[in-house]
Amino acid sequence: MKKFMFVNRKAPYGTIYALESLEVVLITATFDQDVSLVFMDDGVYELVKGQQTKGIGIKNFSPSYRALEGYDIEKLYVDQASLERRGLTPADLLVSVEVLDKQALGELMQQQDVVLSF
Amino acid sequence: MLHIINKSPFQTTTLDSCLDTALPGSAILFIEDGVYAAAQGSAIQERMRVACSTFKVFALQPDMDARGVTAKAMEGVTLIDYGGFVDLTVQYSTSHTWL
Repeated sequence: MKKFMFVNRKAPYGTIYALESLEVVLITATFDQDVSLVFMDDGVYELVKGQQTKGIGIKNFSPSYRALEGYDIEKLYVDQASLERRGLTPADLLVSVEVLDKQALGELMQQQDVVLSF
Repeated sequence: MLHIINKSPFQTTTLDSCLDTALPGSAILFIEDGVYAAAQGSAIQERMRVACSTFKVFALQPDMDARGVTAKAMEGVTLIDYGGFVDLTVQYSTSHTWL
């Protein structure tokens, strides 16, 4: 089993990165790998509660983050400074996450076999 | 580990996030538009000077040549070719290509 970290740094609907990341995460979990997700910079917007996408004609994929637990993906880390800069707190997010500073995230990153950026 | 940056530091927050996340002693390689960070005289020069003393900093010379900034390469930045790029990815077991 390898340790995979997915670093998400893009807002959800302006580009396809966030959705693509989620799909690769689910595939990786299917192969029984150790998966962790980091949300940093605009990536923290992926987890914001209350997304309503009907008006823009794009599927709202945010509920999928709540389903990750069912795939044994429970390591969700959010960068504290990125949250604060955007006026967000963990209460604004649709899943429970571990909020860490960049030093702690860097240490986790260093322990990985594979780091993928989205 | 090896961090690879391919975005201009004046266009995205990628470099800032990388510098704040990378642990001391890590390697940082600038490629494509990322190489503008390695040119002296810019607004981020001081940040880069500190980075050069904390990390091992490399820039891909063909990308600097293409953008006309090779002569301005900052002291402390090691210029490498494509072979050197491959060597770095072999030397460090984990790479993170920041997007």
